[in-house]
Amino acid sequence: MFNFFLLILIYTGIYALMALGQNLITGYTGMLSLCQAGFFAIGSYATAILTTRYGWSFWGTLPVAALLSALFGVLIGLPTLRLKGDYLAIATLGFGEIVRNVLNNWDSLTGGPMGIQRIPMVTIFGFTINPYKKVAFLIMVIIFVLVTYYLFERLGRSRMGRALQAIRDDEIAADAMGINITKYKVWAFAIGASVAGIAGSLQTVYSLSVTPGSYTFMVSVLVLCMVVLGGMGNFAAVILGAFIIQLISYFPQLVGLSGVIPPQFKQILFGAILVVMMIWRPQGIIGVRSYMVGRKNSKKVEVSNELA
Amino acid sequence: MGSISEFFQHLMNGLTLGGIYALIALGYTMVYGILKFINFAHGDILMFGAYIGLFVFNFLRGDSPLGTWTFISFFIAMLISMIVTGALGVAIERIAYKPLRKASRLAPLLSAIGVSFILSNGAAWMWGTQSRKLEYPFDNAPFTVGGVVITPHQVMILIVSLIMMLALIIFVNNTRMGKAMRAVSLDQDTSRLMGINVNSVISLTFAIGSALAASGGMLIALDFKVYPSMGMMIGLKAFVAAVVGGIGNIGGAMLGGILLGLLETFGVAILGIPPAMKDTISFGILILVLLVKPEGLLGKAVREKV
Amino acid sequence: MNLLETENLTRTYGGVIAVNDVSFVAEKGLITGLIGPNGAGKTTLFNNMTGLDLPTKGKVYFEGKDITGWNSHNISRLGISRTFQNIRLFSDMSVVENVMIGRHYMTGNKDHKTGRLKNMLNSYFRMNEEEDIMFENAIKLLKFFGIANLEQELARNLPYGHQRELEIARALASEPKVLFLDEPAAGMNPQETEHLMATIRKIRDTGVSVVLIEHDMKLVMNICDNITVLNYGQMIAQGTPHEIKNNSLVIEAYLGKDED
Repeated sequence: MFNFFLLILIYTGIYALMALGQNLITGYTGMLSLCQAGFFAIGSYATAILTTRYGWSFWGTLPVAALLSALFGVLIGLPTLRLKGDYLAIATLGFGEIVRNVLNNWDSLTGGPMGIQRIPMVTIFGFTINPYKKVAFLIMVIIFVLVTYYLFERLGRSRMGRALQAIRDDEIAADAMGINITKYKVWAFAIGASVAGIAGSLQTVYSLSVTPGSYTFMVSVLVLCMVVLGGMGNFAAVILGAFIIQLISYFPQLVGLSGVIPPQFKQILFGAILVVMMIWRPQGIIGVRSYMVGRKNSKKVEVSNELA
Repeated sequence: MGSISEFFQHLMNGLTLGGIYALIALGYTMVYGILKFINFAHGDILMFGAYIGLFVFNFLRGDSPLGTWTFISFFIAMLISMIVTGALGVAIERIAYKPLRKASRLAPLLSAIGVSFILSNGAAWMWGTQSRKLEYPFDNAPFTVGGVVITPHQVMILIVSLIMMLALIIFVNNTRMGKAMRAVSLDQDTSRLMGINVNSVISLTFAIGSALAASGGMLIALDFKVYPSMGMMIGLKAFVAAVVGGIGNIGGAMLGGILLGLLETFGVAILGIPPAMKDTISFGILILVLLVKPEGLLGKAVREKV
Repeated sequence: MNLLETENLTRTYGGVIAVNDVSFVAEKGLITGLIGPNGAGKTTLFNNMTGLDLPTKGKVYFEGKDITGWNSHNISRLGISRTFQNIRLFSDMSVVENVMIGRHYMTGNKDHKTGRLKNMLNSYFRMNEEEDIMFENAIKLLKFFGIANLEQELARNLPYGHQRELEIARALASEPKVLFLDEPAAGMNPQETEHLMATIRKIRDTGVSVVLIEHDMKLVMNICDNITVLNYGQMIAQGTPHEIKNNSLVIEAYLGKDED
């Protein structure tokens, strides 16, 4: 029971990474991407292939997973991000499916539907992080989430974060204010994709095997739910959203009712969460927080009615 | 390319596939034309229609052998499925999209993804995940015309999609309601001022789009079976067809659908693209169109008024 | 050399000619008014000069430089800033952030002396003073408009009049050479309009040239140094307010032809 709760926390952490990325893309920049699962898969397979076939260490595969995901993010983003609106959603939906299609069919590289097994465990300073002893693994995941959270929170408050929000609120005005919209969108998209890639690496060394079946559209929708439920534009809220969604996901097993509650039930619930939240509380359960509130030095500026 | 007859063979296969894409693409394009948003749940509405059609057909048919009755009952099933699915489309719009008309651009999209998820998982829960076969209502033994092998199923697809499209064109261009529909797609507020009931026009749009999807779903189910996630890939392709033709443009959706069907068939036949990667073709076409002519073949570039 | 001019600029949409062969001139340090009946092509001309729309034919010059076909954000960086007919604020951002966005492109990795990466990291971690300067600058501008007390409010929560002012403040934050105002007095009462006129004059007196579209004739005649009149996409007059007032073509465009 306690072990099972740890498992929920580990998955919360792995998905929180994806949700943080999704939040940067959707909550901050206002772009609807539906392929966190695709980037998740790319990261996963990058780590799986490099560790099993080329003997790389997990740590060495991390930057590869992140960069590769980011690269695919740019490839898919460049043609679609220039356009207004909803094409990105469809293009990314298609992309996610294509990734799965390729993983399923490129047997020589990905092992096809059987996937890749016997992935080595993570070691650090001679200490092995065994996923079956969950505490150590959980600590590693928490560190990843905290670092990412810190970096993203900073990013959100930086001038780049401000530019992203401006793009979300009004592209035309942002353009007229000298902001290079396409550049920032592609950056946001690539960064959001790269953390999903890192999440994929973690997933690989947690489950120690990869199969195409774990990277379905369902994963992307789950991540989207986390962001919508927590609150678009608020990184802390998104982590909470990840926890709630994972709790719901594993609730039947947690209370020993997995035989009674059909598996589709929770998925129907996730769909309902999206609809209901949009109608009644689009800002999420926590909502957006304005970063500038309470800035200390606002009193330093002396009163002047002259234009600078 | 071996011969002329082989060319016509692929042409025939492409046209039938394209006819189905076109039927489904119409639903995307009509909704987009009026509400300016992509109804993500459209593919799942199609799946729902296929299930209803399957159930009604099996019920009507009973144990009777292939014959006139099975043929008639197939079309009765299609009609009932179109009505039920049309009603479902209207209900979805009322519940999940209507409250969001004035919300941010993302809101209805997210809501539609939610609906799509509810529908596909709801179907899996109610009807199971195994795929079911929709039997041909007639003897589908192929016949040959000038070296081209044609199945009765293909003939039916061509006839049904042609009739549906003609009916839609006549409806939109020549009836009062059709004119109202065109007016609403141009300017909702002005239409309202001119006394058009915008809500009922939107409902009707969803009804027609969903009904067409149901018929497309049944036609395609004869070849590809019925299962809860069947709507996803076919929906995606129909969307690509709508974009290729120019989203929001009814003629464009028909053209785009047929074009996509032909490109897929000839892509596999001539370019030697492995059939497993067939789905990638439509995706590549989408990216290409977005790069070169994002407004589509028949669409007009719309600028946001500033 | 004129500050800003168009040369035989034409913009057509399908068969409709929105702007027809217009050679518009805005001089440095002046307030230039752009007037004309509804649908005369004023906003289209604006959009063509600020890069939101591409002319079908003709050229746009800024300080003698051909900027035809440039991106909106690149034009903005030259020192051309604008407001919109239907206010376009960043509505879910605070008032002060809205103004800070106006300075966005002036900040960041501009100082190549300290190295691009270091600057990027600096601005990312906000360890530099750039943010503080941006912030103070924004507050100064908000004070100029008398709305500094609202700095933390979300832009969407401001009353209409303040939203118009905030939009101008945002446009000024980029220290533009020329400020385009698209119907700044729309929806304002006479008192607010009076106040706005004083503000626009003050802006001009700081050395910022102003080009404005406006329907309020009192405002236009009062504060403009030069006026250009468009009708059905064509430029029918250009001159001082006095000249415009007595121009028969303009009177005809506004009052209709005297059929006798």
